[in-house]
Amino acid sequence: MQTGSKVYIAGAGIISAIGNNIAQCIAALENSNAGIGEMQQLTSVHKKTLPVAEVKASNKILAEWAQLPANITRTALLGTIAARETLHNAGIRNFNGLRAGLLSANSVGGMDKTEDFYALFLKDNTAGRLRNVINHECGSATKIMANALGIKDFITTVSTACSSSANAIFFGARLIKNNILDVVVAGGADALTRFTLNGFNSLMILDNEACKPFDENRKGLNLGEGAGYIVMLSEKALQVLNAQPVCTLSGYCNANDAYHQTASSPSGTGSFLAMKGALQKSGLQPSAIDYINLHGTGTKNNDVSEGTAIKEIFDPHYPKMSSTKSFTGHTLGASGGIEAVFSMLAIQRGFIYPNLRFTTQMKELPFMPETTFAKGVEVNHVLSNSFGFGGNCSSLIFSKI
Amino acid sequence: MEEANIYINAVAGISPQSVFNEGFSQSVIKPSGNRFVCMEPDYDELIDAKLIRRMSRIIKMGTAAALKCLQQANVEIPGGIVMGTAYGCLQDTEIFLKRIIDYKEEMLTPTAFIQSTHNTVGAQIALLLQCHNYNNTFVQSGHSFESALLDGALLLKEDEMNEVLVGAADEITPASHAILERFGLYKKQAGDNGFYNYTSKGTVAGEGACFFLLSNVQGEKNIAKLNGIETFLDVPDEEVENKINQFLAAHHLSINDIDLIIAGRNGDKKNDAVYDMLDKNIFTDKQTINYKHLCGEYPTSSSFALWLALKLVKDAGAAQFLCNQIINRDVKKILIYNHYLHTYHSLLLAGAC
Repeated sequence: MQTGSKVYIAGAGIISAIGNNIAQCIAALENSNAGIGEMQQLTSVHKKTLPVAEVKASNKILAEWAQLPANITRTALLGTIAARETLHNAGIRNFNGLRAGLLSANSVGGMDKTEDFYALFLKDNTAGRLRNVINHECGSATKIMANALGIKDFITTVSTACSSSANAIFFGARLIKNNILDVVVAGGADALTRFTLNGFNSLMILDNEACKPFDENRKGLNLGEGAGYIVMLSEKALQVLNAQPVCTLSGYCNANDAYHQTASSPSGTGSFLAMKGALQKSGLQPSAIDYINLHGTGTKNNDVSEGTAIKEIFDPHYPKMSSTKSFTGHTLGASGGIEAVFSMLAIQRGFIYPNLRFTTQMKELPFMPETTFAKGVEVNHVLSNSFGFGGNCSSLIFSKI
Repeated sequence: MEEANIYINAVAGISPQSVFNEGFSQSVIKPSGNRFVCMEPDYDELIDAKLIRRMSRIIKMGTAAALKCLQQANVEIPGGIVMGTAYGCLQDTEIFLKRIIDYKEEMLTPTAFIQSTHNTVGAQIALLLQCHNYNNTFVQSGHSFESALLDGALLLKEDEMNEVLVGAADEITPASHAILERFGLYKKQAGDNGFYNYTSKGTVAGEGACFFLLSNVQGEKNIAKLNGIETFLDVPDEEVENKINQFLAAHHLSINDIDLIIAGRNGDKKNDAVYDMLDKNIFTDKQTINYKHLCGEYPTSSSFALWLALKLVKDAGAAQFLCNQIINRDVKKILIYNHYLHTYHSLLLAGAC
């Protein structure tokens, strides 16, 4: 088995509240333009009270970009747009007979359409348009995307709440290492829904202003939406497709906090194990990490738990770190994908992203996140954290070649 | 998947048949109308009564089957927990959706939302065991279980661990049944003239939770070997035979080496045409049995097929009553072929060690 073989990342694609493609997202990151604001696309009674990070386009416009019908789920539209950019970004026009797979992730599948259907269905179970529930299942968006991209050999979808995309990426890397696939498009997509908005609101972990991750005075998270994908290639695929590798996926680990269905343990056990395992897998010392893209949701609970685990591993030499959720909101099943794109860009272009709206260091932690955008920095290794409900914690490490 | 030594040490399933505990009832339970409902065991023996009260049906079924599987394998903490579920936790999803609508997005309690996420079953198992190890949930319709099985087998092949718990769980609720019925998936009335008689369109709704303890250590604990997993998408009926031959060849086998075929017929004429075609060609003269008269049709039903395969490998005599025909008792190698809605095809190969 080729466990020693490398997994190369050759391109990325993204759509989020701060931009509809890589170039727009970079411009927003560089100019500290967050995508958080009043709801424009989603219909909810919380429109005026709960800020969200929406993709700034209607389904009709997204459908035009995705070259898909406007009546399919927003999740599938967002995913298709970002995944198409991914292949384009890597210069891959076709797979030249190589085994290609799509490993995607989301948290609520086609819920954006289901919740419209369900209101009618509840009154009369013969009512509601079936086309609004036909793509309810999480796997459905992935199948639509695979058809759009011409990926036929293997598809699957991971749903482990907020760590979904990270797990999809790392399963994809393992499929390459095990010589099952040569080309893997991996990441995740999630659309905002009333279901998740009200779910998080019922847990009382949403901030009614723009979130302040890792700040002493943080009040909660803002939900976001979007999609982020990377394309990973085997050594052979790099040659056959004549693609240029940007970085490698050098480390990954999945661990479980086993503490509570939604809350993280104060000690950050799951986060600690995920980061430590990823470092071990990559063979790197903590001091080799140049930047951590934090899970950093902005909830009291997550940030202290994640921060405590970071302290345990990195003290006293802390890498630069920030939560880009201060730009994109928490995109749930898409977050690991979106943040993988930011991690790849950090290595490729020497970027360090600011943690917006940070003012006061957390009293529990001896470190604070970066507050200004930097470029031209030597970034060799990036650690990206994705932790979530169900205690599911995953960390990825991206490394310069 | 390439050849690797993956063993199965234990299996436990909750299904519409009363087979959770040893000592089968020896009679096959038929569906009521166009729907099978799982025979749920007494959960008190496995899970704390206080916890049971808070769990929805799929969480109870999933965790109980998982715990039973671990108990049988005599494993306290597995090296990993990998789940497949196409629909996730429907009951809690519906409860929360209804409350959002009824209470107009105000004054909601989080319990149903918390338990609605697709990783709830895997997470609950980890929580009950205090298992901090690898934990993953796949949600790809008719390939959800196969993805979980592939992940689990690769974890063992990579030597990340020696034992991994792999399972699948899907439930039907009155709402999901009504919706899928409107899509034309199920028979208008269940035929009294046998599950596989094509007098009407559609199939019978099914559900279940089956778990397997996989190991990469050869020894007395092994009840079977998992020889291969293969999935393919959108393949026309006439190309399936080729796929089967390629799969067998990749495992240095031919159809002559297979003692028993478990086929995914579901009683719908169009769905089953491919199985009829295979029977006339590659499966001619092979022992072929069906399994969906026992569990109904659902996206992760291949987990039940694997459960049945293992029961037959272990003791064909004891499991004979579940089969729709008399089978040769000496079953060493079993090939499972199933497709879900012509999109998700899978081949599983299991056999005696």
